[in-house]
Amino acid sequence: MFATLLKQLSTLVISLLGLTVLTFILSLQSETPVHQFQSDHVVVQYFEYLQFLLNGDWGTSSIHKRSVLKDFLQHFPATIELIVFAMVLAVTAGLGLGILASTRRGGWLDNTLMTSSLVGYSMPIFWWGMLLVLLFSLTLGWTPVAGRIDFAYDIEPYTRFMLIDTLLHHNQYGFAAFLNALHHLILPAVTLSTIPMAIVARMTRSSLLAVLKSEYIRTARSKGISKQRIIWVHALRNALQPILTIGGVQISIIMSGVIITEYIFAWPGIGKWLLEAVSRRDFATIQGGVLALSIIVIAFNLALDFIGIYLNPRLRRPS
Amino acid sequence: MIDKSNENNDLMINRSLNRDTYWPTTLLMSLAALICCSCTSDNSQNKRSQKDLLVYCSEGSPDSFNPQLVTSGTSYDATANIIYNQLVTYKPGTTEIAPSLAESWEISADGLRYTFNLRDDVPFHGSQIFTPSRTLNADDVLFSFNRQRLSDHPYHGISGGRYPYFTAQSMGQLIKDIRKTGEHQVEFVLTRPESPFLSILATPFASILSAEYAKQLNRLRQPEWIDSKPIGTGPFRFERYEPDAYIRYKRFDDYFSENKRVKNLVFAITPDAAMRFARFSAGECDVMSYPLPVHLRVAQKNDLEVVQTPGLNVAYWAFNTEKPPFHDAKVRQALTMAVDREAILQTVYDRQATQATNPIPPSSWAYNNSISKVTYSKRKAMELLKEAGYENGFSIDIWAMPIQRAYNPNARKMAEMIQQDLADINVDARIITYEWGTFLSRLSQGLHHSVLLGWNADNADPNNFFSPLLSCNSAISGNNYAKWCNNQFDELILKGRTSSEQDERKQYYLKAQEIFKREAPWLTIAHANNSVLVQPEVSGMMVSPIGNINFEGVTLEQQSVDSGTQGVTP
Repeated sequence: MFATLLKQLSTLVISLLGLTVLTFILSLQSETPVHQFQSDHVVVQYFEYLQFLLNGDWGTSSIHKRSVLKDFLQHFPATIELIVFAMVLAVTAGLGLGILASTRRGGWLDNTLMTSSLVGYSMPIFWWGMLLVLLFSLTLGWTPVAGRIDFAYDIEPYTRFMLIDTLLHHNQYGFAAFLNALHHLILPAVTLSTIPMAIVARMTRSSLLAVLKSEYIRTARSKGISKQRIIWVHALRNALQPILTIGGVQISIIMSGVIITEYIFAWPGIGKWLLEAVSRRDFATIQGGVLALSIIVIAFNLALDFIGIYLNPRLRRPS
Repeated sequence: MIDKSNENNDLMINRSLNRDTYWPTTLLMSLAALICCSCTSDNSQNKRSQKDLLVYCSEGSPDSFNPQLVTSGTSYDATANIIYNQLVTYKPGTTEIAPSLAESWEISADGLRYTFNLRDDVPFHGSQIFTPSRTLNADDVLFSFNRQRLSDHPYHGISGGRYPYFTAQSMGQLIKDIRKTGEHQVEFVLTRPESPFLSILATPFASILSAEYAKQLNRLRQPEWIDSKPIGTGPFRFERYEPDAYIRYKRFDDYFSENKRVKNLVFAITPDAAMRFARFSAGECDVMSYPLPVHLRVAQKNDLEVVQTPGLNVAYWAFNTEKPPFHDAKVRQALTMAVDREAILQTVYDRQATQATNPIPPSSWAYNNSISKVTYSKRKAMELLKEAGYENGFSIDIWAMPIQRAYNPNARKMAEMIQQDLADINVDARIITYEWGTFLSRLSQGLHHSVLLGWNADNADPNNFFSPLLSCNSAISGNNYAKWCNNQFDELILKGRTSSEQDERKQYYLKAQEIFKREAPWLTIAHANNSVLVQPEVSGMMVSPIGNINFEGVTLEQQSVDSGTQGVTP
């Protein structure tokens, strides 16, 4: 177990170092240097660069002169809020639909679900988002078009997680502000969760079908274990394994999806922040933002690996 | 055998699960309920007017809250007329100069000395870290200009130490000295007579900041807060800025002018124009910036209010006169005749613009009415080309600006239309675009044959078109992308800039426009309207020809009231 963890951690360190080498090379190309190095030698400069990063000096935006790291941390909560909400939506609905489909294999429900998941999977997200806005916001008027909250609520950004901040303003607005923030979250989250939801549903279905065919399920059944217990305790746990692996790959899909979603819904997260930086050639921000995003993707994958190890005893021993 | 048993297995599980698998449905139901419980929230527009809150859907984040440090219109909109005031200003909706922080001024006979008498009743905003102890005086004016002007000023190097507008307008060379001649009197001494000077002082970079606040920040050792936690004298005080999300302002109740204002003002930052319009249509904002022509058409069809006025801008097609065949004026003239500008106005601007004849728009006092517009005639164009010895045609590049601006909403489309027109006179055109930064830097290197661009004036003086766009100096380093340098023309616009009599200046500019037309360094295409979309409950909204947004005198009312603006929906 310990050796496996160590192995995973060393992969993390190596990929992080590789990343910094890449961003360092990028920074050498930029017209306006992000950091001032003491040395003239490239290799020494690289170590100076690492030093800067570790000290929290990720450079300063050439456009609005704010610290890149501070800017990133300011925009990140909005993105996390959106991603978490979208992931919860994708996983719960995806798992649910997948289980539903697998238990009615070949039926009309299964066919409908699988067809629509294929459609959902192949939908260009910007188009889908616009379509949802057109239907739910402009035609039906059910959801707001963009933003995180109605401006009638003056919310001081304590944590920058809107759901938490609105709860902290409970004295002032009661739950109205919280519900309003939730209301604003729905459409972006649905947009963002569509693709992962479709993937999770398809994966769950096929994975569960495969597991339900295996011998040990038959054994469990013959021992008289209840059917619900078979699905929830015996089958699903093993079926989750490949879903988790796919989930790790999902995070990069989500990350690119979140950039587009944020742009569409004027959601003030890192996606919008990065796009703005790209369009204005703000190299320091692009460089810092890309580094931070990649670190998050790597860290997320690592966390998933750990969960995978926890779920699958066979992986706990190094091979 | 195994297969069969597996199938059985499946079937049995299926059957047994049928009763228990409704939980996903339940989940979806509860989600739907969640959506609906929040969708019954009351009408946000009503809620806003109760709070006297006006939401303006703006097009981007400001780079700084000090207009001295930036050149982008978005940053000016968020600061110049909201947080700050200038010594003089434009009468709302016009290009006429009016008093603001300075209640009167005198100009010496030689045009070198400008003496301003300041109002003595102008308070500054307060904040958590600053309580002003005095009203505006001459020190604040000196501080605001000297910070930009003097490299040894303690605040000069703060926030990067670059003052792009001040530098671009060569204000350092123009202003010789600024003196405090009284508690409420300042004198500007110029190195040469510069007639547009008052117009220049009405622009955002000339906003007046508080010298006392600067001292306070020095004590706190946070001098750069002067640009991020702004203090000014303007109609609204800055409250909070969440990057890429919103800016919140509160009404400044001690404001020196009596103009009515809303209590709360929010800039909702929405860069995507389609989304901005969607937000506006859904009633999430009261005023929308930079509507596209298609939005204006939809709005007019739905009886929404469009406030617009012809802007001080121009879209043009500049020929690089340093590159053959464009060194020949005949070729340039031929190409101007070959383009169907009516079609461009129809297709690209959706009729939200007027066809341009001169580089300056008709609202300018220096506009030459006697110049007739170029007639669109491909036959004449062919004849001219033949005279110039190009009857077999040639091939050129058309560079189309990659970004969308009010004055040029779709340069790419424009380029395609011109390309087709040119094909009829045997000129083969290739369309080129780069990313905006690269585009500009390659343009200044002169790598283009011709380019589709535009210009939005920052002050109402005609000089603001001629000098930066067509002077010999700007051909070397500046925005003269025709690289056109005509000595006679240059002399005229220099005289126009330095003489102090407006009538005299007008004569020079009229003459200059004739030369411009004869030499045809550009095809002038259009002057676009400046417009905003406004909800019916908003009254008093006006659009300035200059383009900077102003919320002074804008109020919210429950019932729709006659807005009293000039230039409501045509």
